[in-house]
Amino acid sequence: MSKITSLFDEELEVINVGIEFIQEDLLKQGIEAKHLDWTPPAQGNLELIKTLDYLSSPKNLEKIQAANEEAVNRIIKSQPMLIGFDQAINVVPGMTKTTILHAGPPVTWEKMSGPMKGAVLGAIVFEELAENLEEAEKVAASGEITFSPCHEHDTVGSMAGVTSASMYMHIVENKTYGNIAYTNLSEQLSKILRMGANDQSVIDRLVWMRDVLGPMLKEAMELNTDGIDLRLLLSQALHMGDECHNRNIAGTTLLTQALAPYITQTSFSIEEKTEVFDFMASSDYFSGPTWMALAKASLDAAHGIENSTIVTTMCRNGVEFGIRVSGIPGFTWFTGPAQKVIGPTFAGYTLEDSGLDIGDSAITETYGIGGFAMAAAPAIVPLVGGTVEEAIGYSKQMLEITTTENPNVTIPNLDFMGVPTGIDVLKVIETSVLPIINTAIAHKDAGIGMIGAGLTHPPFEVFEKALTALGEKMK
Amino acid sequence: MSVKALIKPNTYLDSITLMSISNEANQIEHVKQAMIGMGTDMNKEVIRNVGMISKEVEEAKTSDLMIVIETEKESDIDTAMTEVEQLFTKKDKKKSEKESVYHSIHEAATDLDHPNLAIISVAGEFAAREARKALDEGLHVMIFSDNVSIEDEIELKGIAHDKGLLMMGPDCGTAIINNVGLCFANKVRTGNIGIIGASGTGSQEMSVRIHEFGKGISQLIGTGGRDLSDEVGGVMMIDALHALEEDPKTDVIVLVSKPPAKNTEKKVLSVVKESSKPVVIWFLGGDEEAITNVDAHYAKFSKQAAIQAVVLAGAIEDELDKHELNLPLIKEVQEKLTADQKYIRGLFSGGTLCDEAMFAAMEKYPNVYSNIHPDPSYQLEDINMSKEHTFIDFGSDEFTQGKPHPMIDPSTRIERFLQEAKDPEVGVILLDFVLGYGAHEDPVGVMLPAIFEAKDQAEKEGRHLEILGYVLGTELDEQNLELQIQKLEEAGVTISSSSQNTGLLGREFVAKGEK
Repeated sequence: MSKITSLFDEELEVINVGIEFIQEDLLKQGIEAKHLDWTPPAQGNLELIKTLDYLSSPKNLEKIQAANEEAVNRIIKSQPMLIGFDQAINVVPGMTKTTILHAGPPVTWEKMSGPMKGAVLGAIVFEELAENLEEAEKVAASGEITFSPCHEHDTVGSMAGVTSASMYMHIVENKTYGNIAYTNLSEQLSKILRMGANDQSVIDRLVWMRDVLGPMLKEAMELNTDGIDLRLLLSQALHMGDECHNRNIAGTTLLTQALAPYITQTSFSIEEKTEVFDFMASSDYFSGPTWMALAKASLDAAHGIENSTIVTTMCRNGVEFGIRVSGIPGFTWFTGPAQKVIGPTFAGYTLEDSGLDIGDSAITETYGIGGFAMAAAPAIVPLVGGTVEEAIGYSKQMLEITTTENPNVTIPNLDFMGVPTGIDVLKVIETSVLPIINTAIAHKDAGIGMIGAGLTHPPFEVFEKALTALGEKMK
Repeated sequence: MSVKALIKPNTYLDSITLMSISNEANQIEHVKQAMIGMGTDMNKEVIRNVGMISKEVEEAKTSDLMIVIETEKESDIDTAMTEVEQLFTKKDKKKSEKESVYHSIHEAATDLDHPNLAIISVAGEFAAREARKALDEGLHVMIFSDNVSIEDEIELKGIAHDKGLLMMGPDCGTAIINNVGLCFANKVRTGNIGIIGASGTGSQEMSVRIHEFGKGISQLIGTGGRDLSDEVGGVMMIDALHALEEDPKTDVIVLVSKPPAKNTEKKVLSVVKESSKPVVIWFLGGDEEAITNVDAHYAKFSKQAAIQAVVLAGAIEDELDKHELNLPLIKEVQEKLTADQKYIRGLFSGGTLCDEAMFAAMEKYPNVYSNIHPDPSYQLEDINMSKEHTFIDFGSDEFTQGKPHPMIDPSTRIERFLQEAKDPEVGVILLDFVLGYGAHEDPVGVMLPAIFEAKDQAEKEGRHLEILGYVLGTELDEQNLELQIQKLEEAGVTISSSSQNTGLLGREFVAKGEK
């Protein structure tokens, strides 16, 4: 029997693309009919559709799919281990005493956003390159400081991402592929350097972190010769209700648990150890940067695979949003304007006060957690401003623009679905569905700090530019 | 300015929930500022920063919930605090039962149980891409969209053919699959007659007449209007013929189309010839000899085709109410019209209905004009100005650019109707009203005010305005066939019972010198 004739014996189940009344009429007739939330591919840009169709032609698609499979395999197989802590000057490639790393794609001092400028000034004072903030401003503009994106130094930085020579860094080794990723330590509170604050309390805390917290963690991890398997902790944290970008309560507990036996054995005084434990417990965010380094270590291993259309970096500097794509090796940034973050703010502030999307933390979404794993974290729903179903919906929707699910990091709530992994530029252009990012909001001005948290997306144009470049490359 | 702090000892709430409650609290009348959070250092710092710190707040423990509010007037502070406290007990009632939302065919196809058909009605430039994706998923496809290139149509139909799938369209407005009406379709009884139609309203007409004659439809497969061009080569019609041949529930097959291109007609007819089932062919203005040569049943008009089909399907011809032409009525109308009132103006929302009426007129009159006339020299120079006998298909591209189909939005036709009604040379205005799925909820109702206005005007001018209305639908259609007809009758509109009769009555009403 032909397929057409056998259709005559089936119950119709219809996918409706376009006019809504067609679905309504089908429902009236008792027929299962699903109306697609359809938008024109490439947001209707016919030139891009051409490129998309060119890349999707069987010959090209075969190559792309093979490359993407390789890329996502590398993301999934990566086993990032926390192997130590040390000062940036000692470990981060290219770090000098006058280098300041920042979040996002490249940006000059003049063009930096308020919070990033605030953080840079604080870091200059902290590094004793200036006496005070006023003088720091002159130093920053003098050309003596080398500004460079964290990402171009195997590093990620949360929010402003400002990282200077004497800050202590996580050292995360990708045991499977050998590459290493770095990120600095959480400052815990809201009025902190990474959020653009820079008064004396901020500097004092950085000094304590440099003199007590950092060295203690370094010594602790020297005692732990096995390292800490971060992916294992991550998958446990998701099972405990974190999504590990904005909700880190379980992850921080797990990390603290893993570090504690070694911290207790360090040569520091009981008072100092107590201070450190109190500090770690003072904010759920303590492990936030840790998961970023895990994601960075995994994604760097997937970068530079010829013909791959997988996104390996999403990051923002408060002015621009930038992505990197695996098939375009090195540091080619596709950028567009950083977006507003929509969500609840602390008392006394409104969304008008908020700076634009900032930070390398979108590396978590690039890996498949954070906004992508919100289904695992029902408690984060108020951030979404909606319902648990909506949070679940985000995770499911991200499957549309990703390549596979990561079987090592699962969401119990969705029958242990793996987190959506390997954002595919082709799929983003095809569906116009943008990656969902949940993130903190910094005040737009320098010197103030965090004022809220919420949701945002990359601008569509970063994917347009990436697609065009991929099309050129495969000509 | 007044600040009040409430500390709830040992009360834990998630920080994000608290942030969200804070935001709601800030919306409450009289509340100038509200800060709600656990007694952490970070929250105390935030409270300090906005100048609302107090001793109680300083002393709050991490496990305590802090509610700090500020109002302009002290007299408001207690009420405001009560309202803020209520936010904690208010549960979100908008518990959503939202279904999953899909953005792509692939995603929906993967998630649904057993999807088997995609209906595509997006803008033409995007429709072919979506159709290709649907075929990739192994889905049968109906493309409602027009403005799809012929190259795309050929490619899509090729893919569908190779996969053994339906590719109804592009520009396919009507289908009934498994008794389910798709897009523009009437609710008809299930039966043993299968229709394959390259023209939408033609297929609707066929299904409705068959229903009226007491028989029913097994399947109505649309092919799209270009299927029988030589470029496309009748791929869908031929595949559909094979499918209905194979279908045990189909005993009789009816083909509905405008005349096919010659080579394609040959191909289709050679398949018809092989068919073990009787095939009735209504190719509007088609070649009788070619059809009878392959032992198919030729029909010149739609009702004629339906009668043949139902008889072949088992109806007893003598028992049918065939609605023969009402000759006394013709005479009566002819007598009402003056010598000047000599032209037909057909204003149609259904393309094939327009065609059939026009063909009837063309048999009798040489001066028939239209926007869809097969002979370019009889196409209207200005589609907005009628000329002698004029038949307008308002569903044609010229009228639908950037506008919904007239079966959904009748506004263009209403304006034109009023224009025609003023013309003293007009003898009869033909109007169709299409019911069924997809169509306007009250197509007669929206036209009535214009009909009354026109009739009044004509009466004032001392002339008779003859309006012949045809309602295409069945008693099962939601719009209520009986009521639609009744409304027309009450407005003094003469009712025709079929597309065929509409054309024939129209041309006879204005026939002169036969009195």
